[in-house]
Amino acid sequence: MLEGIVQNAPLLAIMLPLIAAPVAVLFGNKSVAFYISGATLVLSFALCVYMALLVSDGSILSYHIGGWAPPIGIEYRIDAANAMVMIIVSAMGALVLPYARASIEKEISPGHHTMFYACYMLCFTGLMGVAATGDAFNVFVFLEISSLSTYVLVAMGARQDKRALSAAYDYLILGTVGATFFVIGLGFLYIATGTLNMVDLADKLANSPDNKTIRAGFALIVIGMGLKLALFPLHRWLPGAYSYAPSAVSAFLASTATKVALYVVIRFTFSVYDASSGFERTTLEYIILPLAITAMFTASAVAIFQMNVKKLLAYSSVSQIGYMLLGLTYLNQTGVAASFIHMFNHAMTKGALFMAVGMVVWRTGSALLPSFAGIGRTMPWTAAAIVVAGLSLIGVPATAGFVSKWVLMAGAFERGWWPVSFAIVGSSVLAVIYVWRLVEVMYFQEPKATTKDPVREAPLAMLVPTWILILAIVWFGIAANAPVELARIAADGLLAGGFDNGQTVILGIPGR
Amino acid sequence: MDRLLDPSFVLGHMNYWLFVVLMMTGLYIVVARGNLLKKIVGLNIFQAAVFMLYISAGKVRGGTAPILTDNPGEAYSNPLPHVLILTAIVVGIATTALGLALTTRINEVYGTIEEDEILEIDHQETEREVAAILATSAQDSANA
Repeated sequence: MLEGIVQNAPLLAIMLPLIAAPVAVLFGNKSVAFYISGATLVLSFALCVYMALLVSDGSILSYHIGGWAPPIGIEYRIDAANAMVMIIVSAMGALVLPYARASIEKEISPGHHTMFYACYMLCFTGLMGVAATGDAFNVFVFLEISSLSTYVLVAMGARQDKRALSAAYDYLILGTVGATFFVIGLGFLYIATGTLNMVDLADKLANSPDNKTIRAGFALIVIGMGLKLALFPLHRWLPGAYSYAPSAVSAFLASTATKVALYVVIRFTFSVYDASSGFERTTLEYIILPLAITAMFTASAVAIFQMNVKKLLAYSSVSQIGYMLLGLTYLNQTGVAASFIHMFNHAMTKGALFMAVGMVVWRTGSALLPSFAGIGRTMPWTAAAIVVAGLSLIGVPATAGFVSKWVLMAGAFERGWWPVSFAIVGSSVLAVIYVWRLVEVMYFQEPKATTKDPVREAPLAMLVPTWILILAIVWFGIAANAPVELARIAADGLLAGGFDNGQTVILGIPGR
Repeated sequence: MDRLLDPSFVLGHMNYWLFVVLMMTGLYIVVARGNLLKKIVGLNIFQAAVFMLYISAGKVRGGTAPILTDNPGEAYSNPLPHVLILTAIVVGIATTALGLALTTRINEVYGTIEEDEILEIDHQETEREVAAILATSAQDSANA
């Protein structure tokens, strides 16, 4: 039994939530749905940790679905990079779920709770699948599973604010255009090489002369995924979707969805294509780098002027994505590792912030700045969580945000791009301003006395998951070895190019 | 560039020309039309173009449907793009259905499906919020 589970770990981590979704709907009871989802998410997280331990020595897990050997069969291929993204997704999925149970009581009408869990599980399945699969077309299928359920989840915020509907519609249109660009890119690759397995693609591309079809494919893949990951000028859908979605959805999406899309860009740029030279390198250095730095400044500057705190955090996400992209453009081990570390740390930080802000919305009924007045006294634990996560967003020592910025700076110096380090510091100063605005309102303004129902601390079901994240932020800010090591192994694997570096362990039913 | 003057090259790549025209038509409708329904129609045309790209690329000259026959020399079209596009069509239908459902809800709540008017309503909502904030802070300072 245990042997069977271990042998099929990559598949089970993805298929269990996929099966849990319809099962939850069949039971039709929101408590049953919650427990089914919770059990599968915890199991999925455990499997991801197990896989991360297996690949932490630099080896690669290759799972052949149905025992069909790649490139004919579909392969799930897990190395340190995948494992890290899968841990981010599954950990956030498992932590946000208990929070969601409490938060949707107020935000979503009771009849939709079961459907909420089903959509949440499908979204989770899609994100995990994208992170695990070694088949290029499979990426598209999983991406659309997650995106379609995400549109529904965002639209569920309509009970609170009707703007959730127009935000979900915008996201649907732009997300679908992005996914379709991605498929066109894959089509070009398929026409040029006749294969869709990533390992096989990498081999064939390495041996084929540079041609325009392959270049156009790269451009379409980067732009398509750029839409999904909110690459700076393509981020129009993000602020609306994050601000008007239910709080739990904002927390889950902000910490996972864009990271997974970014992972796809990294995987294609470094492993399938060769980023060390030519067209791909030029794209990174002359297009992605300026856009990343622009995002770091403009999005932070816009965040400063937001009255809606969720929107403030959403714009801050756009700027943080800039940091993650910045690391890639260094094309050295430290830089790429910094991208992964920042994905990990930012997932915790932004997840905690959206959850804490969600608790204030839960009590006061609004995400606008005045409703945060005086919560330092009325909701001390929530306010403290916002402060710690805010410090991590700025990058203050002893928080996780410091580690990622430190590694990002180290990478810039290693590359000899010292002016970039000024950009990192400058953008952090903007972060200080918008976090300070929040702190000022929370601690230095009187609580509003007009409400009939006095504002109290949020329920424990919401507070505990948030504080688990806060403790993780501090823990990984001090003892950062584990994520940094895993990220460095991931970066080594990616920078070596292709896939054949490290020992491959084949899992699944052998034969055929 | 001189290849573009060669009629056999131009006609030989007819499927790609049609793909480009359809794709751009679809994308243009998505960008330029303000009606939410028309945007979804545009999205459909855009996706149909991609289906055509894949299917036509899998066609083998003189090939039949990929079904095993007694003739070992039988040429058949590449079945893989068909299968891929079957999946993509399912995704496309799901997206269309969800888009239409959202449009219906938007029509119920906003009373319009014109993008300009929806943006205007959203904008007014935001301005109303900001005005309320400014009013309370003015009141606070008056009290102080």
